[in-house]
Amino acid sequence: MAAELVRGQNHPLSQMRLEIRVAAGKPVVAAATLGDEHGRIHGVAWVAHPGTPTLPGLEVSKQAAADHRLAVDLDAMPEAVHRVSVLLALPLGGDGPARFGAVAAPFVAVTGLDGTEVASYTITGLDAESAVVALELYRRQGAWKVRAVGQGYAGGLAELLTDQGLPQATHLAGSINEAVAHGLARSVAAPPPRTPDADRTRQTATPALGPEGSGSTTQGASGAVAPQPTSPYGAQGTSGAVAPQSGYDSGAAAVNPPAGDQHAAGPIDYSHPRRQTGAPPQPAPTAPSAPPGQPARPVAGDATGWSMEERLYNQVWGMFEDLARTMAAYRSAVDFADSRMGKELDQALSDPRSRIGGQGDAAREAAQAKHAQLIDQARAALDRDLDQLTAECEVVEPALPPAFAGWDNPVWHGYRVPMEIPMALRLGDLHLPESPELRIPMLVRLPLERGLWIDSGGAESLDGSFTDSHELRRLALDTAVAHAARLLAVYPAGEFAVHVIDPAGSAAQALVPLVHTGVLAAPPAVGAAGVTDVLTRLTQRVDLVQMAVRGGAADSLPPGLDTAEQLLIVNDFPHGFDDRAVTQLRYLADEGPSVGVHLMMVADREDAAGYGPLLDPLWRSLMRLTPLPDDHLADPWVGHAWTYEPSRVPPGSHVLRQVLTEVATARTKHR
Amino acid sequence: MTVNMTKGQAISLQKNDGTGLTAVRMGLGWQAAPRRGLFGSRTREIDLDASAVLFADKQPVDVVFFRHLVSDDGSVRHTGDNLVGGVGQGGDDEAILVDLARVPVHIDQIVFTVNSFTGQTFQEVQNAFCRLVDETNGQELARYTLAGGGQYTAQIMAKVHRSGSGWTLTALGTPTNGRTFQDLMPAILPHL
Repeated sequence: MAAELVRGQNHPLSQMRLEIRVAAGKPVVAAATLGDEHGRIHGVAWVAHPGTPTLPGLEVSKQAAADHRLAVDLDAMPEAVHRVSVLLALPLGGDGPARFGAVAAPFVAVTGLDGTEVASYTITGLDAESAVVALELYRRQGAWKVRAVGQGYAGGLAELLTDQGLPQATHLAGSINEAVAHGLARSVAAPPPRTPDADRTRQTATPALGPEGSGSTTQGASGAVAPQPTSPYGAQGTSGAVAPQSGYDSGAAAVNPPAGDQHAAGPIDYSHPRRQTGAPPQPAPTAPSAPPGQPARPVAGDATGWSMEERLYNQVWGMFEDLARTMAAYRSAVDFADSRMGKELDQALSDPRSRIGGQGDAAREAAQAKHAQLIDQARAALDRDLDQLTAECEVVEPALPPAFAGWDNPVWHGYRVPMEIPMALRLGDLHLPESPELRIPMLVRLPLERGLWIDSGGAESLDGSFTDSHELRRLALDTAVAHAARLLAVYPAGEFAVHVIDPAGSAAQALVPLVHTGVLAAPPAVGAAGVTDVLTRLTQRVDLVQMAVRGGAADSLPPGLDTAEQLLIVNDFPHGFDDRAVTQLRYLADEGPSVGVHLMMVADREDAAGYGPLLDPLWRSLMRLTPLPDDHLADPWVGHAWTYEPSRVPPGSHVLRQVLTEVATARTKHR
Repeated sequence: MTVNMTKGQAISLQKNDGTGLTAVRMGLGWQAAPRRGLFGSRTREIDLDASAVLFADKQPVDVVFFRHLVSDDGSVRHTGDNLVGGVGQGGDDEAILVDLARVPVHIDQIVFTVNSFTGQTFQEVQNAFCRLVDETNGQELARYTLAGGGQYTAQIMAKVHRSGSGWTLTALGTPTNGRTFQDLMPAILPHL
């Protein structure tokens, strides 16, 4: 196991041929000085630097780089050398940093030729220094050791070399910098910073190169251990003198059949035979890099996914989570500030000393100031995040496809019947009271997993205004029609059918867009007989499809069966419903979604109060949506109460009718 | 005990060019118990858990551990509970990522702890370590070798706390005992 050295710590070296790896993140100059037993450097010839990169037993790189490998052969060192100091310096000139404090802490490691780390050291605590003695290899009683030094010099190489006792320090430092500048001019840009893991694999995968002059022995050694690629057939054909060899080889051949056999059988194709998404998708658009100090400008589709649609879906959910979390941070900070101020005020009041003089007032003012300061900070952090999310919303909203877009989005005016089912559907907008203008699209996956319940009750809305129940029912029906129209529009032609139960015919006015464009599967069912008929047919369908799916006999379904997903809009529940119909509804709500039959109830829970708690499971199994803004939806992360608002067709707009006409036309063509 | 940082040593996470350290990761790794017996399930698995407790003015406000993987504000994330350990070759089996720039303004200290959920002391666990890494460049800031660390089942590892406009990391390295972070609360409080 490699020793991680701290400053001043030493470690014995068992190998004589070593590599010293340097990782600095930014280009640095690596050099090494040789010293005698008193640590003195005997002139310029005892310094290996980019100008003279090779000395006996020592080689450094010719140019500045973010990563270095210095080769050291301690056996090849002259007898007089007792110390090898490894130096790092920032190159002068250019646009690089001028002090180590501005770059990541350099990392140096002593490794064997096979790449195994012997000791490593991270040089921390550097600031204004531009040159540093990183490590020292030194002779102690005949054995070599390494010591972590980490001594930095603000005066750069000149000061460092002077400190090492080199008389021509300034002159040498100048020539080093000159050599580096020369090298820098033809060097390529520094590679992107690697993760430590990637660095590790690279290090073991590539054979370490020995220093020049000893390279031939390295090659010879590796040649001796390299496996000799011999063909098993060739070995069998040779004379008996190599019998053991051929026996081994044929054994190996039995274990590993020649590659040719596998090719003859053909490689196994693991790809899905019908799935077409195997090709790598277009890379996601990423935000352009922003000037430092400013957040990046958001881009629509800046998320993971195989298609733009999936990316936008993930981005919208990412925005949803971000807003939930940033609001959680803000609210918890405010709660904390309030409770702390309360405590401090209590303390000030209960302290009898504070009643004398202005001490109490001062304590109260201090507590209030602390409170205000924390709230201000929290608000600033929230505003920063809200600005970012608002900017993101502004670019994402116009980029959304119809299924994700609000009715006011121009994309609906260029509507065409899609060829594929979208991955999700927008049911409305969500927002939080602290940021009412920042609205997150509420996207749910398709096919729907739960039925919908458009609540036509609860006459008191969020802002306290009272909407009369007649008006509310009309709004609920309009919302239901808009949702149904959206579902019809985003499914390919003929793959979605809508049925309506309207026992008393009270929804006739609201249903006009659906009825007149002819997109309904059948006219709205009226009266008790109509209710029974529709429910019985759908119940039978669910039962049939379930039986077929469970029996694994989907082919044996009757040929006349409509394979489209079905949506049943139920108005006026429970008026005109007998117990049998109620039971059927519950069956459809529970079992329908898995076989493509969905329920949309337009109802006031109060109307069904006569059933007592019996219908509670039905309501719970449906997703409640409201025609007016209402804060009843919780996010899955923090559980804030979000205000839901349905996506409304802009008043006076004909977009709904246009879209439904398009759907009806496509359906006649489809038939 | 290899310690890159000595006990109680503080390092500022503020970089010299004024930009603060933005993300730290606490990593925890250990070697899985060897298989033994006729049935693999009879192996006494070793389950170490990493936790981070968020404090505001010495009051615990939020905690990130294996039952609550993301702090409510989303700034501290646990990569998920590992119940058995890894191969013990230096990789993190559990990690907690802290996005310091997003930590709510009232949180002033985050304490990192390690517990042995299955009750083995650190003496019985092979190749166990915990470390703090600067996520932006992968630089290791502090490392403790837990294995052979004595008859303890928990360690209060380090804390990051606000100082000025940035954050400072203080290595604590206090050994203690407990099954989950709740048991450690009395031991954590003196370090706040």
